[in-house]
This record gives sequence, structure tokens and C-alpha cells, in this order.
Amino acid sequence: MSALIKVENVSKSYKRDSFEIPVLNNLSLSVDEGEFIALMGPSGSGKTTLLNLIAGIDKPSEGKIFVNETEVSSLNESALAKWRASNIGFVFQFYNLIPVLTAFENVELPLLLTHLSKSERKEHVETALNVVSLSDRMDHYPKQLSGGQEQRVAIARAVVTDPLVLVADEPTGDLDKNSADEILILLERLNKEFKKTVVMVTHDPHAAETAHLIRHLDKGELV
Amino acid sequence: MKILKLIFRNTFRHKLRTFLTILGIAIAVIAFGLMRTVVSAWYAGVDASSANRLITRQAVSFIFPLPYSYRDKIARINGVEKVTYANWFQGVYIDKNQFFPRLAVDADTYLDVYPEFLLSKKELDTFKKERNSCVIGADIAKQYKLKLGDVMTIDGDIYPGTWEFVVRGIYKPKFKSTDATQMLFHWKYLDETMKKSSPGRAGKIGWFIVKIKDPNQSAEISSEIDGLFKNSTAETKSETERAFQQGFLASTSAIITAMNFISFVIIGIIMLVLGNTMIMSARERTREYAVMKTLGFSGKHLIWLIMGESLLISIIGGGIGLLFVFPIVAGFAEVIPKGFFPIFRIVPITIILSASLAILIGIASAIFPIQRALKTKIVDGFRFVG
Ligand SMILES: Nc1ncnc2c1ncn2[C@@H]1O[C@H](COP(=O)(O)OP(=O)(O)O)[C@@H](O)[C@H]1O
Ligand SMILES: [Mg+2]
Repeated sequence: MSALIKVENVSKSYKRDSFEIPVLNNLSLSVDEGEFIALMGPSGSGKTTLLNLIAGIDKPSEGKIFVNETEVSSLNESALAKWRASNIGFVFQFYNLIPVLTAFENVELPLLLTHLSKSERKEHVETALNVVSLSDRMDHYPKQLSGGQEQRVAIARAVVTDPLVLVADEPTGDLDKNSADEILILLERLNKEFKKTVVMVTHDPHAAETAHLIRHLDKGELV
Repeated sequence: MKILKLIFRNTFRHKLRTFLTILGIAIAVIAFGLMRTVVSAWYAGVDASSANRLITRQAVSFIFPLPYSYRDKIARINGVEKVTYANWFQGVYIDKNQFFPRLAVDADTYLDVYPEFLLSKKELDTFKKERNSCVIGADIAKQYKLKLGDVMTIDGDIYPGTWEFVVRGIYKPKFKSTDATQMLFHWKYLDETMKKSSPGRAGKIGWFIVKIKDPNQSAEISSEIDGLFKNSTAETKSETERAFQQGFLASTSAIITAMNFISFVIIGIIMLVLGNTMIMSARERTREYAVMKTLGFSGKHLIWLIMGESLLISIIGGGIGLLFVFPIVAGFAEVIPKGFFPIFRIVPITIILSASLAILIGIASAIFPIQRALKTKIVDGFRFVG
């Protein structure tokens, strides 16, 4: 079994008031371990929804999702939270750092749920910040950093727990070209050097080129 | 412990908002403490009253006197241990704003019936011997800087004339609730003067204080006393000292009831103030809560995060309020007329009540935001635009 992520006949719809909005329609996809895949498609085509299902922050209406042979779609709320904490690293379009915590503390946040000691946590955080070349900005608060730097802190937070899979939802969507390139190089490096499986959503063709594989989504179906 | 740090930083994220909320809570706690102090000062007399003392007064009104001759008749009733009496003298000491009770009493027995007024044997003996002497409470001695041997000059109003009394005793209160603001002198001294100047007013006392052996007999003895004087020119009404105090309060208690009510309305208002702050804060942090849940933090963590912040604000506000309520109550005690409330200070129950209410408000204010944070799905949290 070589596929790390298997999405099998998944449908997803959201309830709005009384009617249902179908978003994903009987979609199947598999991603091999060590893959770097880009999901492209127009706005509203269901990219974020698919990514969220794979990452276990939402559940499919129908179908099954396996990640590393765990049936993610069948886990309950708290089991899912634990699973996410150890298996998935998240990178968002708007960085989503906690504004009252320093770069160091933001990266340390997911480690607070582990059994690591304070000094072990420090070691991990410093390593992660080193990977994203921000060791000199540890004590800065998010608002003292540029967008590109914030996103790098977010990436450090995503990898500090050493997850299997990195999911990134439009990670360059809010950045200028230079900063975007830095982020893409970083993701590529995490994929190559650190063997992370990367699933990236983007609608920027230039960003998608970084990936090995590009899949297009339209109206909830892969095309 | 890291969560604590986050709670702390979250609390002071909007410094002005947090400051105003804390200020609001502090002011409310002060207002609450002050009102409770007034209420408890009002009831202090009831708390201090004894269950084995009956008060016998004129049936129609407290202001009409009773014949001195009733005394022996009451004393003969079974179950009565001692009978003493007092008469409201009033008069003006220094000026009209000095309010402490000035009573003409039976020097031989009055303090036997009020054992909570502690007076040394020596001072008591001197007091009993000297007709124009008086005994004052320690609070009064302190307030007017009076010492043994000093003369108190009082301008009579109910009993005209200029009256001079030599301080021969200073009593100490046995309990915190004991009134140490009374001035007591010989009724016989008053009565002799009355015999000369207005004989019609001689031989009259204000009320009897009847010490009984068994508090359980208070009802029977009261009705037996009142039965003795039925159909006489001065019928009596007897009741326990406690009932007497409460009856006295009942006539003025509308204000107190209102204060009691308002003091709890204040609590409701702080709850709204803090609740509003917490709801605003939690709303602004919707995305952050979604991030934390995504990273694997559980509902329990979010509960602590929100509850901790709410409690921190309410405890700081409550603490500051409690800190200031002491000097403020002391300041009030200075400006209200002397002796208006014999005991005007913060009682422990007020502190306990304020502190526990502050904590309760902290918890209650967090409930709504917690509910919302727990209910919001991660995906909806990320889509939320404040
Ligand atoms: N939590 C949600 N509740 C209701 N509707 C949603 C939710 N998430 C997404 N949708 C709807 O599903 C569709 C696809 O959304 P999304 O997956 O975010 O698209 P994309 O990321 O490709 O732009 C859109 O019409 C969006 O409005
Ligand atoms: Mg999207």
C-alpha cells in the first residue's frame, strides 16, 4: 500500500438554514507518501473543503478518508483532535498566529500538548525556527514581523511536531512575489529534505509549479 | 502554566477596555460594600439584643411614660429575675449633631441587666454612690476625649435646664456588636429635679427592662405583665428586646429594603459589564480558538482560557474594590452624624459576600463566551469575519 492519503467517494454538503449546499461530489483521490501535490481550481470549487477533510478538521457527508491507514472520517471529535496534533501540520493563508505570543511561543504552542519537558520544547522550537531562518526573530510578536516572516513562523509551528503531512491553504495568497517564492522554496525543502507529504491549495499557477503533481477541481469534482 | 501566561496576555490585550471593566467592578464592589454596611449597621441593634430581656413600654407609644410604681408589681411575677428601667433624656451635648443615646437609668440595677457593658467594680461603685455622676461608653470617651472626672454639660430639651454630669465610669463593649456609645446617669437625679420644677412629670420612667430566667417563657411573662396593667390608665406592651428592635426597624425599613435590593441590582449590573467585555473578547478571538482547536487543544483548554480571563478581571476588580471599601466606609463613618449608627463598620460577612460574588460573576460572565467557543466548528471559526 503506497498511497498515504486515500479519499474514497467523498461527498460533502453544508447545511445553510433549511437547504443543503453540495460542495464535493463523489470525489476520490490518492496521494503517495512523500508527494507534493497542488490542488487548483476557481474560487468556491471546494479546494479548502477537501483540504479540511483530509486534515481532519471537518467530516465528509459521505465516503471515507484514510491517512496512513487510519480512517480519519470515522474518528470522534476528541480522537480526531489528538490525531491532528501528531499527524498534521497546518499552514493557512492568513498565517493565523496568536498575536499575544512571540514567534517562539507560537511555535511552542502545539508542543504544550506533548509530554516534552521545557528544555526539550526549547530545542524543538529552536530547530524549527532555524529551518525557516528566523532564529533571530524568536522574541518578536507577530505584528513586529512582515507577512513573509509571519508565514515562516506559521510553517515552523506546522513542522515543530514533526507531522507526516503538511497541509497548506493558499500559503502564498497574501504575500508579495519575493516572500511567496521564499515560502515555496521552504515547502519544497520540507518535502525533499524532511520527507513531508505536502498538500497545497492554490489558485496561483506559478505556485502550483513547485509541486510535483497538480490536480484541478471544478464544482466539487476533480477534472 | 503556559496557559496562564496566555490568559494574562489576553486579559491585557485591550488595556483600556480591561481597565474600564476592572474599574467598573471595583466601583460596584465599593457601592455594594457600602450598602451592605449600612444595612448591617441598621440591624446591628437586633443582633446585639438579648433573648432573655423583655422590654415593657407604654402600649400606645414608646414616647409616653410609665409609672415608676409598676416596677415592684413586675418584679413579683414568677420567672422574672430583675427589673430595671430607663428614660430617654436626650438633651444637646455640644451641638445638635451629636446623636448618641443619653439615658436616665437605675444606677443600682441597670448594668446588672446589661452585662455586656463591662465596667470595673471600682468605677461601678463610685457611679452608684454619686448622684450626679454618669457612665459613658468607650467609643464616646474616645470620640470626645473624655476621661474619668471630666464634666459633661448637657442642655436639656425634653427636661429643660443645664445639666452637669461627672464621668465616673467608662464601660467597654463585651462583644463587637455591643453599643459602646451610650451615656447613662441616675434617674433619681432627674426625678428629684422634676419633683421640684414640674411635679407632674415626677415618678415617671420611659420603659422597663425585665430580665427573665428562661427565654422560652418570654411570651407568657410578657402577657402576664401586660395583663397586670390592663384597664389601667397606662397599659403596657411587653416583648423581647429583639422583637422590640425589629419593630423599631420595621417603621423605617422601606429604605433598607430598597438598599438591600439595590445592592444586588449592582451585582447584576457588574455581571452585564463583565459579560459584555468577555463576549466581545471571545468574539474577536473566534479565529484564534479555531487555530487552537486545529492544533489539538480541547474544549477544556478553551474553557480555562476564557474562564481564567474572566476570573482574572473579576478578581482584580473585586480586590481593588475591597481594598478601597475600607477607607471609604471609614470616611463615611466620619461624615454621618455621630452615634446615628452605634456600629458602622464592615462586617466579615460583607467581605465574604463581596469576594464570593466577584468570583461568581467571573464564572457566570464566562459561560456565554465558552458556550459559543465550544459550539463553533473549526471550519466556521476560520470563515468567521468579526
Ligand atoms: N463551513 C461552511 N459552511 C457553509 N458553507 C461553506 C462552508 N465552507 C465552505 N462552504 C461553501 O462551500 C463552497 C466551497 O468552499 P471552499 O471549499 O472554501 O472553496 P475554495 O476553497 O475552493 O474557494 C462555497 O460555496 C462555500 O460558500
Ligand atoms: Mg479556499
